[in-house]
Amino acid sequence: MSSPTSTPGGRKRNRNDIPATPGSIGSTSPPSQRRRGQDSSNADLPAMPTSPATDIASPTVHDTSLFSSPRRSVLPSEVDMSSPLMYGTPSSRVEGTPRSGANETVLFREECTSTVFDLQTVASEPSVGQKLVIWGTDVNVGTCKEKFQRFLQRFIDPTSNEDENAGLDLNEPLYMQKLEEISVVGEPVLNVNCGHVQSFDADLYRQLICYPQEVIPTFDMAVNELFFERFPDSILEHQIQVRPYNALKTRNMRSLNPEDIDQMITISGMVIRTSQLIPEMQEAFFQCQVCAFSTRVEVDRGRIAEPAVCRHCNTTHSLALIHNRSAFSDKQMIKVQESPDDMPAGQTPHTTVVYAHNDLVDKVQPGDRINITGIYRAVPMRENPRQSNVKSVYKTHIDAIHFRKTDEKRLHGLDEEADQKLFTEERVKTLKELAAKPDVYERLSSALAPSIYEHEDIKKGILLQLFGGTRKDFSQTGRGNFRAEVNILLCGDPGTSKSQLLQYVFNLVPRGQYTSGKGSSAVGLTAYVMKDPETKQLVLQTGALVLSDNGICCIDEFDKMSESTRSVLHEVMEQQTLSIAKAGIICQLNARTSVLAAANPVESQWNPKKTTIENIQLPHTLLSRFDLIFLMLDPQDEAYDRRLAHHLVSLYYQSEEQIEEELLDMAVLKDYIAYARTYINPRLNEEASQALIEAYVDMRKIGSGRGMVSAYPRQLESLIRLAEAHAKVRFSDKVETIDVEEAKRLHREALKQSATDPRTGFVDISILTTGMSATARKRKEEVAQALKKMIQSKGKTPAMKYQQLFDDLRGQSEAAITKDMFEEALRALADEDYLTVTGKTVRLL
Amino acid sequence: MPSSNDWINNPLGVVEEMFVQSNSNPEWEAKVLEYFKGKLKEKQAYSWIPSLNDVPLHYLKPNSLVKFRCLVQDMFDPEFYMGVYETIDPSTKAKVLRFGKYKDVTELRCVPHLQVDLNSRNTVTAERQTFYCVPIPGETLWEAFLNHSHTYARSSQARVVPSTSYIPSRQKRSYEEDDEMDTQPQKQREPHTGGSPQLHANGDSKRQETEAPSGQTTSPSNASSPLDLNFPLPGERGPACLVKVYEDLDSFKLNDMLEVYGILSVNPLLSVLCEEKDPSASLLDPTESMETPEEQRAHDPPASLVPRLHMLHARPLQHNNPLLPSDRAEDQHAFVSSFMVEMASVRAEFLAYLTHILLGDGLAAEYLLLHLISSVYARRDVLPLGKFTLNLSGCPPNSSFTESLHQVIQELVPCTYRLSMTLHNMNSLRLVPRKDYVANRLVSGALQLARNTSLVLDETRLEQGQLDASGVQNITALGNLISWQKVDYDFNYHQMEFPCNINVFVTSEGRSLLPSDCQVPLQPQVTPPNLEEYLSTVHKAQLTSQINKFRVYLSVAQTLDYSISDEVTKAVEDDFVDMRKDDPQSVSAEDLHRMLVVARLLSLSLGQTSLSREGWMRAKHIDMLRRTRSQPQTTVNGNEP
Repeated sequence: MSSPTSTPGGRKRNRNDIPATPGSIGSTSPPSQRRRGQDSSNADLPAMPTSPATDIASPTVHDTSLFSSPRRSVLPSEVDMSSPLMYGTPSSRVEGTPRSGANETVLFREECTSTVFDLQTVASEPSVGQKLVIWGTDVNVGTCKEKFQRFLQRFIDPTSNEDENAGLDLNEPLYMQKLEEISVVGEPVLNVNCGHVQSFDADLYRQLICYPQEVIPTFDMAVNELFFERFPDSILEHQIQVRPYNALKTRNMRSLNPEDIDQMITISGMVIRTSQLIPEMQEAFFQCQVCAFSTRVEVDRGRIAEPAVCRHCNTTHSLALIHNRSAFSDKQMIKVQESPDDMPAGQTPHTTVVYAHNDLVDKVQPGDRINITGIYRAVPMRENPRQSNVKSVYKTHIDAIHFRKTDEKRLHGLDEEADQKLFTEERVKTLKELAAKPDVYERLSSALAPSIYEHEDIKKGILLQLFGGTRKDFSQTGRGNFRAEVNILLCGDPGTSKSQLLQYVFNLVPRGQYTSGKGSSAVGLTAYVMKDPETKQLVLQTGALVLSDNGICCIDEFDKMSESTRSVLHEVMEQQTLSIAKAGIICQLNARTSVLAAANPVESQWNPKKTTIENIQLPHTLLSRFDLIFLMLDPQDEAYDRRLAHHLVSLYYQSEEQIEEELLDMAVLKDYIAYARTYINPRLNEEASQALIEAYVDMRKIGSGRGMVSAYPRQLESLIRLAEAHAKVRFSDKVETIDVEEAKRLHREALKQSATDPRTGFVDISILTTGMSATARKRKEEVAQALKKMIQSKGKTPAMKYQQLFDDLRGQSEAAITKDMFEEALRALADEDYLTVTGKTVRLL
Repeated sequence: MPSSNDWINNPLGVVEEMFVQSNSNPEWEAKVLEYFKGKLKEKQAYSWIPSLNDVPLHYLKPNSLVKFRCLVQDMFDPEFYMGVYETIDPSTKAKVLRFGKYKDVTELRCVPHLQVDLNSRNTVTAERQTFYCVPIPGETLWEAFLNHSHTYARSSQARVVPSTSYIPSRQKRSYEEDDEMDTQPQKQREPHTGGSPQLHANGDSKRQETEAPSGQTTSPSNASSPLDLNFPLPGERGPACLVKVYEDLDSFKLNDMLEVYGILSVNPLLSVLCEEKDPSASLLDPTESMETPEEQRAHDPPASLVPRLHMLHARPLQHNNPLLPSDRAEDQHAFVSSFMVEMASVRAEFLAYLTHILLGDGLAAEYLLLHLISSVYARRDVLPLGKFTLNLSGCPPNSSFTESLHQVIQELVPCTYRLSMTLHNMNSLRLVPRKDYVANRLVSGALQLARNTSLVLDETRLEQGQLDASGVQNITALGNLISWQKVDYDFNYHQMEFPCNINVFVTSEGRSLLPSDCQVPLQPQVTPPNLEEYLSTVHKAQLTSQINKFRVYLSVAQTLDYSISDEVTKAVEDDFVDMRKDDPQSVSAEDLHRMLVVARLLSLSLGQTSLSREGWMRAKHIDMLRRTRSQPQTTVNGNEP
């Protein structure tokens, strides 16, 4: 402990006492907490100023005899050394100019210890039988510090899974390891999870939440003391600052109310605007024009009292402000908007102003989703000096202590944590009860888009898509990630409520995107690089596919999409990534999105005589990336019609209550899916693997009989994904045979619909994988041969009329030959270098 | 207790009295609300209160009770204010408790040196929210006029021409621009605007719209330009109002129609407070720098332009038809049931009238009637039920037919807007509201409309040409509106979906490029040599009393309940199955959807609240008629080679 003479540092810090002196507390923020303190409805807040234990030191005692007045002013100033208003102010301000190196640290230590000295004198008072608290609170500095040090030294959280704690030994005191890290890295910031504090010492936590302005500086002191005791030789840029986060007090911007003023809160939201850096004067430097005597004046509540008389030469009005010797600190205004998920329907999002100080400046960018921990403040509107009337409204803002981005990991790795919704135990219980029901699969699929009738298998397919497979990582073996997302294509007649289904899914999932193939361009789907007009900074703007990472991207009118747009889907739908190489930015973004697409047939009606490919004219390379392709056709049978009619009619006269019930269903469904996606990761068991192998072999066998390949590994992967998703629906950690059975069934159904060769009636997977059924290929071959034969039979004619040839072939052949077939045959022969087609004539080579 | 007139003329006095009596017991707030609610329940009480919609602001007494019929256009962030505060006289140290509720500024009663004690322990901080409210967009003339005369007939000021001072931005319009957009001849408009020429002119300057966004992005130099009052529709005028809401914040939603009863505050101090900030002061005061000048202007416009209204009571409006009693539920019930008797006969008259207007086409008239009484009554997951978008094709192009048609609709429904879908309009208009983060407000767009507003899209004005990006967005927005009855507001970083209930009526030459529930080709039976003249004579031939009946008819039909009995359900099912049996291609699920809606509207139009077998047959019949009519057209557009 150094001697009291080393106080220059300490004395200087007196400038910071503005917010903490009793008077100014009231003036910087409305005394609403008084009201709150008085009504005892808020149970966790005891009556205010009296300390809980001995109850002798009431504010009045404090005011009168115990301290001489200078001492009294020292206490709050010391305590408030880095009150959040000044929070994070580098102590270089002490001298007005930055210094560096060992010298600085030494000075810090002096400061630090001198602080300790003062406080310990204060803290030692209780020995007289009194317990001192900071005015207006029940915080006793000594106890508080002691408690916090104990917390730092003893807190162990073996179950911690925060990424920040990666690499730390979970069975050792967590924060001591962090201090060690600070000594190595030299970044003097200690982030403290308030949840930890709460579990360790609930009373300390309550104090932290209620009186952050007093408690955080106390924590700072405690940490520095502890740190320099441990690592006496460390050199730090400035003192360690404690940054609490994850205060459980408030989560939602909408629920902020006057009672939260001056408390520590954590809210989530999205940054919509950041201001430029505002240099805020902390201390003004004045110099006398006559005698060059200099003096410093602290900024008091935004004002500087200009000294009228020079103390040295007694000249009046001779002092001039020297800007570059005044001390400034950085400040930034950030506007945060409520995140869309927190909002009730039909209202506009709220915004809040946040001030970031010093090194928190420029930590966030517009568009970031962040959790902010800070102190909620309300300031009365400035009084007009000429008028005594005051606008009766306060301005509110949050002084930020800690930012945490919730989406920063989207570009690299999983952000499951941010997705994690908190489920109440009750909710989990209802969900589990639901999962235990044997017909849960049917129940859920029928709860999906109830206004759309039938199409049970399609709904089941979409349900499995919503759940998705299990994510597997094979990057170590060089294979990269296996796709876990299920892609589905719906095609069929216009007006079969495909769009409605897409709309429903889009509304159901939290990260859904809805685009129409007609209106979207490749950049709209992927990402593009934009230059910010103000900062000239290149910004990556993400499109629908990236935005729906971990969600579902619904693409309507898939067939209307331009060729180039479609081509970007190739990468997304199999590799689940998106590569950008534009304007000097080369990167790969994750786009682990399931694609739910809808396509209309090229002819206005689905032509049952044609294959899927012919009907929708999509490249087979893309089609083979869909796990399930469903046809939504109008089944034309009476029973179906009747049920459909009944369904529709009841839709139109159901009462309000029934509709209400259904809305509830949608909420349950949402939670069910969210829960399963987060917590259930099924793995294949032995039997299921066997079943899958058999299924695959069977599929291969079907085709081999007719000399075609009827299944590819891609189909096997689809089967696995579907089986996993089905296991998730059951909340089961194991994929069992029933899952495989259902996956097989669904896959077969989809294939039956989409990959049936209209000529033979057989299911032929090659329609989807190569774009042409085996019979069609054979047929093409035949026509080409027939044509060749015919030309050869004609003898040596170097050139023929196109139309003539076509007519001849038609006359010769028994089967009808369309123009398409004829042209195809010509092309095939051209490929053989047998002939060339130029305009209307055909030449032999 | 205060005398009867006090509560209108000096409501703050009443509140004050209660506050003093309460002795700082927080119950006084509830008492105040109860008192005013009770007063408003009294017979005729509603009509005593002057309305901000009709009476120019400068004729209203500051701090008096007024009412305002409005639409919630934007919701600002909640603000904390001094609910109760203490004043202190520095000379005598005398402290007095005062209340800050329903006030914008702390009042110090002209006692010099009196100060607000900011550190007082008795200060109570409370929360309130500000809504930016505009008059209901597209409110039609008759509506405004009737409301006006109903509520303020006794006052001699009733016909005062509004002073120009509170609509300054509206005056600064280039007239060439007007002429370009507004093809409607002046003389045509006159007969309808006769009563009060100042109020509303449709198709007015679109330029206002396009100016607004560019204005906000340019920085403070713009601060001197006239204030943009942010009306959803171009050419609208009237007072905008900042309504301060104290209770039940969550019960209000964006785009709600409200009748607000509140204390008018036009304290000039408000303007002074925001103007007197000299730049040097704002440098030092950190709280000042967080608001951009744009934001200041949007949130604290001078009180003389945008008055403040401190809400005491608000009545959500289901409809804004002044001809219907809107005060109490019982009244309404009685009225509706008495009117039900007349329904069928009024319908016949109305249909005849519409037939005349539609050049003798009875079927089109029938469909137009059904369209006019349609309304979204429920939503099943994403599907809105009850909407009935009508596409009237075959409208003569390049004539004033569509405009005249809109004028007729204007005479019938409380709110309507005609959007002329010219290429220029589609490319330049802002249809979808957009959040302006610089000014921190929702910049309105033409699709921010109140429930049951009739939106007439005139596609006959669309010519060939290039749609740019915003044009495509606008068309998409219209498509979404028609198919899902929702508008995706643009919040820059994300979109937010706001469900709406807007009756869309598309007039086009051929089949509309927008989706619609039902397309009817117009088949004129008469071909008058002068279309305009014909229409105006038909129009003039109607008596006002008759028109009034039609107006009531439409509003009543919209509010009726409806059900289908099990028996009829069965019949409908059978019918559907039979139809499919004959020709599965001819009837799809979509057709059934439409026929069910038609049947519903048809029954309601006759005042029947449940579907009868005959009703169903009739619906089927007219749908058949309509389809045979549009058949030839579809084959032309079909994809047959």
